[in-house]
Amino acid sequence: MIMGLPEEEYFASGHRACAGCGAAIILRHALKAAGPNTIVVSATGCMEVVSSPYPETAWKLPWLHVAFENAAAAASGIDAALKKMGKRDSVNILVIGGDGGTFDIGLQALSGAAERGNKLTYLCYDNEAYMNTGIQRSGATPKYASTTTTPYGLKIHGKTQFPKNMPFIMASHGCYVATANISEFMDFQAKMKKSFSKPGVSYIQILSPCPPGWKSQTDQAVKISQLAFSSRVTPLYEIEDGRIKISKEPVKPVPVSEYLKTQQRFSQMSAEERAEIQKFVDSEWGKISGLAKSGLKIF
Amino acid sequence: MRKLIETSDAVAQAAMLCRPLVIPMYPITPQTHIVEKLASLISDGNLDAEMIHTESEHSAMSAAIGASAAGVRVFTATASQGLALMHEVLFIASGMRFPIVMAVANRSLSAPINIWNDQQDSIAERDSGWIQFYVETAQEAMDTTIMAYKIAENKDVLLPVMICIDGFTLSHVFEPVDIPEQKAIDRFLPKYEPGDKLDVKNPKSFGPIAFPDTFAGFRKMQDEAMGRSIDIIKNVNSEFKKAFSRSYGDGLVENYMIEDAEYAIVAMGSACGTARAVIDEMRKKGKKYGMIRIKCMRPFPREEIISAAKPLKGIAVLDRNIGLGAGGALFTEIKAILPEKNVNDIILGLGGKDITIEDIKKSFEIAEKENSSTQWLL
Repeated sequence: MIMGLPEEEYFASGHRACAGCGAAIILRHALKAAGPNTIVVSATGCMEVVSSPYPETAWKLPWLHVAFENAAAAASGIDAALKKMGKRDSVNILVIGGDGGTFDIGLQALSGAAERGNKLTYLCYDNEAYMNTGIQRSGATPKYASTTTTPYGLKIHGKTQFPKNMPFIMASHGCYVATANISEFMDFQAKMKKSFSKPGVSYIQILSPCPPGWKSQTDQAVKISQLAFSSRVTPLYEIEDGRIKISKEPVKPVPVSEYLKTQQRFSQMSAEERAEIQKFVDSEWGKISGLAKSGLKIF
Repeated sequence: MRKLIETSDAVAQAAMLCRPLVIPMYPITPQTHIVEKLASLISDGNLDAEMIHTESEHSAMSAAIGASAAGVRVFTATASQGLALMHEVLFIASGMRFPIVMAVANRSLSAPINIWNDQQDSIAERDSGWIQFYVETAQEAMDTTIMAYKIAENKDVLLPVMICIDGFTLSHVFEPVDIPEQKAIDRFLPKYEPGDKLDVKNPKSFGPIAFPDTFAGFRKMQDEAMGRSIDIIKNVNSEFKKAFSRSYGDGLVENYMIEDAEYAIVAMGSACGTARAVIDEMRKKGKKYGMIRIKCMRPFPREEIISAAKPLKGIAVLDRNIGLGAGGALFTEIKAILPEKNVNDIILGLGGKDITIEDIKKSFEIAEKENSSTQWLL
């Protein structure tokens, strides 16, 4: 054990993730937090593809992949089976999906599992687009980001909408919800561990830097994540028993432009567009911090 | 015990006797009374299973896959649009070789929307890698559900099984049914012992990505399992006969008055009961009529059909489906194995249209008079 974490790796090296992939770091730590008594279910996506080219596998835990939109439903089946076999209390179920498989095509199955109260932790590694298939826009893609289906052109400037607030959607189901960041990995570990003690569906969302998709440097995943936190693009919070609690605040907040400039997907944005994003981030932070301060049971 | 029950009830009671531990289901699009009956069996403590009330059929089949991967016996039921919504996951269930058993109350597919009986829904899934049985009576629906687990779970098969029951025409009909004793079923169908499963003590990966160098090999293994299932279906049918004194032809094909027949219809499902009555009547009038009833559509029992059809002068295939632009699905498959024969395609009974005695008589007339024609009986 090092800092309360097992030394054993459950996501083996030698997988085929891209150089500098944020999601590979996320999985390594998520599985350490989950421990050996865990069944993992993956939605189709980057991490499923890079980890399981037959006959190889990077998974040292029992692992199931079914399709793109149904990881939460497949996990519900495992939950029910474990219950009937009398093994439910000794085994964790960890479902892993990207933002496409979670915000978009998998939302219905996840909502169903949450409403039924199937006991599982759903971890969304949010790289803010369909990266595995060539950087197409998703419901998580930030406004003005250039993707292959929302290219930043002369007439239309990248994506025209703000992303969906997925943590709040899950909180509305009564779930334990947490956001996490790989630059704050002890906080991530603690939230993962806590989720397994919760009844029903727990939802953890973590920003997952993607060098090919974000056009960022391959040695910058942690640094970019840190900037997302310190610029409040992705605040760190928990929603527990319907109340929001800020996990950690940046000591010295930095302007959003510091975060945007690390990624070429934002490089064509105008000064006005950057200002609009700053305003959006400030407003979201105002909402989240305000709700946290109020101490009210929101969800 | 012999009781007058609805076919949906018979299927639910058969499922209960097989002791599934997980029943994922979605009740609409449109369902039958099967899952309602199972819910009441669970609520009253007669069945110790976990029902997963999913938010769609896609999720129902996905949950069935998850539960089967975890190593338990699974049952579900669906119909029509619901089966179509499952389409993607049906291929995954069979590709991953999970012995899931599902009842399908056959109904038409939209558009126009129509909730009544035809077999278009399951016919559209005939290439999904599921064994497909089409049953004629409530008793056969019950017995086939029980046999389905024994076939699916055979280590030489490991394929999911669909039991197709004509919607309304059979699913909602009350018939006298012999309900087997639990003890007899426990002797016939032993406790489910999965081979590979999701197990923290023995971690394995399920559902990897196969590149072009390995993908076709997996498909071939599935096809070979389908081939092996031919003999296993026959064996299970014989074992069932020994245990319960009932069987259905050789388990694949059930012939009626075929030995000396000159003209025959080939059909699936509940219309075969009507056909038997027509054959009986016409035999009295000197017509040498018979029937080849296809109980098993997948695997397709080629040899059994070729052998039964040998003496026939003319055939009318009753298709309660239409492969638009290519004729009925059963016709195209029968014609492919009987290229020299006079095989006529009769498209009928779509969207809840009854298949009447007159329709069957007309079909026999077509088999006698026409030569390889396609006819719609509207």
